[in-house]
Amino acid sequence: MNAVANYNFAYLDEQTKRMIRRAILKAVAIPGYQVPFSSREMPMPYGWGTGGVQVTASIMGPDDVLKVIDQGADDTTNAVSIRAFFAKVAEVKTTTHTAEATIIQTRHRIPERKLEAGQILVYQVPIPEPLRFLEPRETETRKMHALEEYGLMHVKLYEDIARHGRIATTYAYPVKVEGRYVMDPSPTPKFDNPKMHRSEALQLFGAGREHRIYAVPPHTDVVSLDFEDHPFEIQQFEKPCALCGAEGVYLDEVILDDRGGHMHVCSDTDHCEERREAGLMGVMGTKEAAE
Amino acid sequence: MSDEPLLRVNNLTKYYGARLGCADVSFELYPGEVLAIVGESGSGKTTLLNTLSANLEPSSGEALYRMRDETWRDIYALSEAERRFLTRTDWGFVHQNPADGLRMSVSAGANVGERLMAVGDRHYGRIRDTALDWLGRVEIAADRIDDQPRSFSGGMRQRLQIARNLVTGPRLVFMDEPTGGLDVSVQARLLDLVRQLVSELGLSAIVVTHDLAVARLLSHRMMVMKGGHVIEAGLTDRVLDDPREPYTQLLVSSILQV
Repeated sequence: MNAVANYNFAYLDEQTKRMIRRAILKAVAIPGYQVPFSSREMPMPYGWGTGGVQVTASIMGPDDVLKVIDQGADDTTNAVSIRAFFAKVAEVKTTTHTAEATIIQTRHRIPERKLEAGQILVYQVPIPEPLRFLEPRETETRKMHALEEYGLMHVKLYEDIARHGRIATTYAYPVKVEGRYVMDPSPTPKFDNPKMHRSEALQLFGAGREHRIYAVPPHTDVVSLDFEDHPFEIQQFEKPCALCGAEGVYLDEVILDDRGGHMHVCSDTDHCEERREAGLMGVMGTKEAAE
Repeated sequence: MSDEPLLRVNNLTKYYGARLGCADVSFELYPGEVLAIVGESGSGKTTLLNTLSANLEPSSGEALYRMRDETWRDIYALSEAERRFLTRTDWGFVHQNPADGLRMSVSAGANVGERLMAVGDRHYGRIRDTALDWLGRVEIAADRIDDQPRSFSGGMRQRLQIARNLVTGPRLVFMDEPTGGLDVSVQARLLDLVRQLVSELGLSAIVVTHDLAVARLLSHRMMVMKGGHVIEAGLTDRVLDDPREPYTQLLVSSILQV
């Protein structure tokens, strides 16, 4: 082991990790409930995933294999830095392949490949409180959670329909966990909400700046809120991925030139690469791109 | 009016530390009855209202309320969940400043619909129809349903606040200076509306006001407060036409005659 990893495994000191693990255990025991924890300063700015990094550091063992995604991609600055960080301070194996990973830290996306039992998905959460923008008082929102007063959440959805004719919330779409707590699934697109429902993987949420951890244990009901006459629906894409031809996946728009040229490609880069390696190709995919 | 009261208040006292808020207030309120609490600033009427509406915990005394299932409960002995449920279903509270009672950043329709959603209504179309109906009843044009209360005039905001409170069919409404800060013509219209709604719906109401004209128009009975004590109580017309206490006489004689 190198000097850093040898001095203390996975950056945080052992007492801190115990504290965070206790918070995680409590969060798992009460699905969707926001457990306060004493968030530490991390060597990265708030908003870059300090909560997720602390959770990952606390649950990581030497045999774990880590994957980090940012907006679905393995190769963006945030994902690369966090992967490099843990490669240095814990000397764990890292990967970009969803199937190989035991811990996946994510910002914004849930991988397209179905997660399996034994895998842990760690979300980086900016604002854990789903009621925040409707009720700014933290004392009041805690009370509302305690007394299960969630009418206000529907006021937000009502406003959406009144203004836009449909529920226009597309990300951080509120969900009810195991019939009890309303939870903010972090800024993932609502496209991913159904993947949380009865997932085989453990899902942990860390909000560093807000000092909160919450969790969805495996096989837990996660139901998106809606109205009877305006049911929840996910985004639909007209065309398949331009590179790998995948349908029914979440796509990003990529601008190609300054004359309106653009293409839609898989947001999950690993999923896209695997498909291209298997020989699948979209309209703009080339042999070289796959190699 | 039914024979059995809706609210029974016994010796309600509220101290702020050593300072007296209101002392030894006892009364009964019957269904369909409007009670006005009048008095000058600092006489304890708002303290009394906030205590009665369970926003403040009393120092001593009790307030028994006949719940919808006909059981009598001391409102201060209810659990917080029960009390909050009661206050947003069977009660209403109309604040003097509409901004305190409304959500200023969501539309009028959502303001009216919030209580419905809070008690579990999950049908957008139905909620909207109910909201439209209530906006009509408080004389707000249907095409303002998607506007935020920020864009409403003071009188409209106050009417919206009333609609928001009445949508769940409460039996008891608390009003704190409902016409304060409105100009006289708007006041008159609002009073007319409140009087009509109260009689239509058979509401009981407790109205705090310093304006004796409001008390005269709205209330059946009134209590005059001074220094935290109720010094005179009785039928509104009796108290205003034949005040017994010197302070009440002073109050009545200070009404500006135009």
